[in-house]
Amino acid sequence: MSEEVRDDGYDDFMDALEEGDPYYIECANGHASLPPRRLCPECASDDLEEAALPETGELLTYNVTHVPTPAFADDVPFVLGIAEFGDVRLTGQIRAESEDVEVGESVSIGTDVSETNGERYIAFDLA
Amino acid sequence: MTKFGEMPDRTGRDLFADAGESAIKDAGIDREEIDALYVGNFMGELSERQGHMGPLMAKMLGLDVPATRVESACASGGMAVRQGIHAIRAGSADVVLVGGVERMHNMGTTGATGGLSVAADDLWEIKHGITFPGAYALMAQRYFATHGGDREDLAEVAVKNHANAANNPLAQYQSEITVEKVLDAFPVADPLGLFDASPITDGAAAALLVSEDYAAEHDLDAAVSIAGTGQGTDDLALQHRDSLTWTPATADAAEEAYTDAGIDAEDVDFLEVHDCFTIAEVLALEGLGLYDPGEAITAAREGETTADGELPVNLSGGLKAKGHPVGATGVAQITEMTKLFRGDHVNSDAVENAEVGLTHNAGGTVASAVVHVLEVEA
Repeated sequence: MSEEVRDDGYDDFMDALEEGDPYYIECANGHASLPPRRLCPECASDDLEEAALPETGELLTYNVTHVPTPAFADDVPFVLGIAEFGDVRLTGQIRAESEDVEVGESVSIGTDVSETNGERYIAFDLA
Repeated sequence: MTKFGEMPDRTGRDLFADAGESAIKDAGIDREEIDALYVGNFMGELSERQGHMGPLMAKMLGLDVPATRVESACASGGMAVRQGIHAIRAGSADVVLVGGVERMHNMGTTGATGGLSVAADDLWEIKHGITFPGAYALMAQRYFATHGGDREDLAEVAVKNHANAANNPLAQYQSEITVEKVLDAFPVADPLGLFDASPITDGAAAALLVSEDYAAEHDLDAAVSIAGTGQGTDDLALQHRDSLTWTPATADAAEEAYTDAGIDAEDVDFLEVHDCFTIAEVLALEGLGLYDPGEAITAAREGETTADGELPVNLSGGLKAKGHPVGATGVAQITEMTKLFRGDHVNSDAVENAEVGLTHNAGGTVASAVVHVLEVEA
């Protein structure tokens, strides 16, 4: 895939996250999802709007990755987790030593770039 | 099935032809009788630049029949079996060859890790560093936090499955291991180490399915019948699930398969489940309704699921020790269980009086699951 080609919806989200203004998709029935969406994955409503993502989330789980995919070959080891921001859950790398990370902690969300290929990814910081 | 293991030089087509020919010979059916072929394969495009395996594998076996590849990540093999059953039940085929194949070692460890990762969500998981060991590590960590249990409990699953494979000549690992060895192994994605993970494996498996009428008309000794089939689907990305420790796709597949076979979970005598990682066996036993949520973590440690336990699980050695050539795994579960029932498997003695067996094959972080109920007459 050419570097200039964007993934519409996803790259818009990442741009907004980089600018400190992340959002999620909310349908008329209050279901939350992530872009790109034409229909709500829960109820198929096509009445979708962007809503602001809460600033802090709760860390639901994490791992310490030692064997990476090629895109993160020079980044290991890293701590990877899933955090819940309101009704939305996101997967990202936690910028902290693994000894300092615990399930249930508060995290904030931003972006960082892979040391391997310079591609951006979702990053969490302990709040 | 072929021997599972490290055979980087063998092409996918050669592996599949090997397994397919064995299946046809084992069944004792003339190849002209075969009406259709379904081939399970996950990442042929990535490992050997080969897609479109239906026609390729048909000719490798000298078949001139409708041939289709089936892809559902690590559940590709089980889904190929299900397609074969559907074809027979729909009346469009009497004899179907189902199989699966995966070539992985030629990709190397990082290459295979990258290849397998495409079964996850590219935008919301892969781009942020998830791997399959990593995803199951996230499920294990959440399980520990929610239900308790620890790495030692999981190690007991690996020890059990290695013990089951120790004398299985087709298994990749034919050696017993200890809890200490599992705990001290290199951390692939903490809390999971190298011995919590199924290996990278080359291999293929195939089985010949026939309709009941065909078996009766031809006086075939089809000792084992597939009495039930079920399939479940969930969000592709782990993060989108309501629970990180409950697998609805497994539960849905099981419910459909139990209903189809007219049985309850309690009727199952032994199982082959998708233990791509030790925690996966725990989640499978709970999703299948054999243990309550939070209860299966101690099953191996308590000896309930060992070969001499009440409910033997993964007598073949499972994915963990038999090996996991991903597209072949779901078919290998069927062929190993058939041999366990027939009495010509090294571990057949453990299930001498069994009448009902269950296979469970999962794709991704169980975004896909397929369950089959196998029965023999008492």
